[in-house]
Amino acid sequence: MTEESAGQREGKPAFRLRLRRDRTLILMTLPAIALLLVFTYLPVLGNVVAFQDYDPYLGDNGFSAMFLSPWTGLENFRRIFADPGFWHAVQNTFVLFLLQLVLYFPIPVALALLINSVVRPRVRAVAQAVMYLPHFFSWVLVVTVFQQILGGAGIIAQTLRRHGHQGIDLMTDPGIFKFLVTAEGVWKDAGWGIIVFLAALSSVPPDLYEAAAMDGAGRRRRMWHITLPALRPVIALLLVLRVGDALTVGFEQLLLQRDAVGPGASEVLDTYVWWNGIRNQDFGYAAAAGLIKGVIGLGLVLTANKVAHLMGEQGVYEK
Amino acid sequence: MTAATRDPWDRAGRWAAPPRPAWEEEPSKAGLAGKGLVLVLAACAILFPLWIVVVTSLQSKRTIDAAGGLVVVPRGVSLVAYRELLTGGQVQRAALVSLGVTLTGTLFSMAVSVLCAYGLSRAGSLGHRGLLMLLLATMFFGAGLIPTYLLVQALGLTDTYLALILPSAVSVFNILVLRAFFMGISPELVDSARIDGAGDWRILWQIVMPLSRPVLAVISLFYAVGYWSAWFNASIYLTDQDMMPLQNVMIQLVQKQERPVGLATQINTGQLSPLAVQMAVMVMALLPVAVLSPFVQRHFKKGMLTGAVKG
Repeated sequence: MTEESAGQREGKPAFRLRLRRDRTLILMTLPAIALLLVFTYLPVLGNVVAFQDYDPYLGDNGFSAMFLSPWTGLENFRRIFADPGFWHAVQNTFVLFLLQLVLYFPIPVALALLINSVVRPRVRAVAQAVMYLPHFFSWVLVVTVFQQILGGAGIIAQTLRRHGHQGIDLMTDPGIFKFLVTAEGVWKDAGWGIIVFLAALSSVPPDLYEAAAMDGAGRRRRMWHITLPALRPVIALLLVLRVGDALTVGFEQLLLQRDAVGPGASEVLDTYVWWNGIRNQDFGYAAAAGLIKGVIGLGLVLTANKVAHLMGEQGVYEK
Repeated sequence: MTAATRDPWDRAGRWAAPPRPAWEEEPSKAGLAGKGLVLVLAACAILFPLWIVVVTSLQSKRTIDAAGGLVVVPRGVSLVAYRELLTGGQVQRAALVSLGVTLTGTLFSMAVSVLCAYGLSRAGSLGHRGLLMLLLATMFFGAGLIPTYLLVQALGLTDTYLALILPSAVSVFNILVLRAFFMGISPELVDSARIDGAGDWRILWQIVMPLSRPVLAVISLFYAVGYWSAWFNASIYLTDQDMMPLQNVMIQLVQKQERPVGLATQINTGQLSPLAVQMAVMVMALLPVAVLSPFVQRHFKKGMLTGAVKG
């Protein structure tokens, strides 16, 4: 940072002087820092229960029980790796991630190109307002709305029955469940995703298009050689973010539908931790599963970012 | 973004591409029709489900029974379901809980975040880098569900509304957006205020905040939607049914098909359609965000972009 190097050249002011100058600023950050320390940093230490046979009733509260619970070393991890349910959750997580990457990711790009090509302001305004809307709905609402359309008592089943067919219930069909989940994601957030791409499109100098047209490039060639390269950095950034987040696929969304479709099709790592820890009160075991997920997730973020740097993109954070 | 490019968003925050340049080909009829079709289909896919929910919530028991379930074409308007929901009972209480948690939570989160963002907005201030690192690091790891749950329990927050607010009060992403915006405010303005004798509190309150209204609106909406939509914390930290927020009651009533406490008699005596009640609960859950977000829409871009680029 330039200001800092300038300060160094002139000699840094004494620590106490700086403290006096900046004490208000530091004071202002304290509430947020305190909340982060308590609710984000402190629980990291709580991961020690992954190495314990944790029993919340051993102490006066859950915290002192942490000191009194017996250590079991890697026993929890051994149990997890021996559980076929865990491997099933891992498999579901990756299948869902890949599905979302292939079926969800291109849609905002396509929609942004479409909106960008619409010339009439009224049409554009209405389209955008409608597309942003579902992003602000809760997952409970989205899942429930889907249930009203595709569920056993939904409008499709209702219409089929009225015409003498058998009703269908797409919400409880494990075979199509992963596509259903992806469709819900598209419904909720694809419209919201276009904002970033529209911004990237706006940074393309219009004379580039004109020059290309003069040189005889048609609509398609201009798209291929100007528009898409302009979107490249944003697409790369969002891909990196997505890959780094691969193990977190729709926790709330899946938890809400777990009962309807059963854990076979819907269990992912997050719901696996929830089920074992919170529902079955097997805290040490679930914490171990969560820790595995956290460590792999951290690895993915760092790797994805490294790859972005190697590709010559900015990545999530700078080196 | 390069400085020379146009700003394609008009003042209402809508995407306003320039008129078609003279050299560009006229689009074909088929191309136009295709575009129109895709846009109409997308709009229908989003609006049709909402239409069914809203229309069904406004029908009398007779129309709903005649339709055999959800209603697509409305016949008259009946406010029975809403009247029943708003005269007390489980749903009204849940709506008030949600409203209360959303308002206090948003205010609290905004206060904490704005202070923190301003505190970190002056490059080269003491501890600025270290504190920023402390924030950024949290974007790379999460504490995990189980340790967080155990901590909230150990702190004695279970069965209090604080459990719905404190653990998720700070969003590092939102703080970074605010900070990026604050750093973009002209330093000369801040310096001149300081020369005039204003302290940091005064600068924040009288100069920085009034200049940041758009981004404050966006971040407030993000926080408010977060609190309004939250149900998971309530589902694991609350055991008292009377404390449940609207989303959780919606899960019970609509997803699990339970009957609302206090309304069961009207439903059983056949005066009220349970379906209309369910749909009315859904409308109550979607209404606030559907009403608020268009007002803030024109500032979305700013909030999203500073976040995406500087995050």
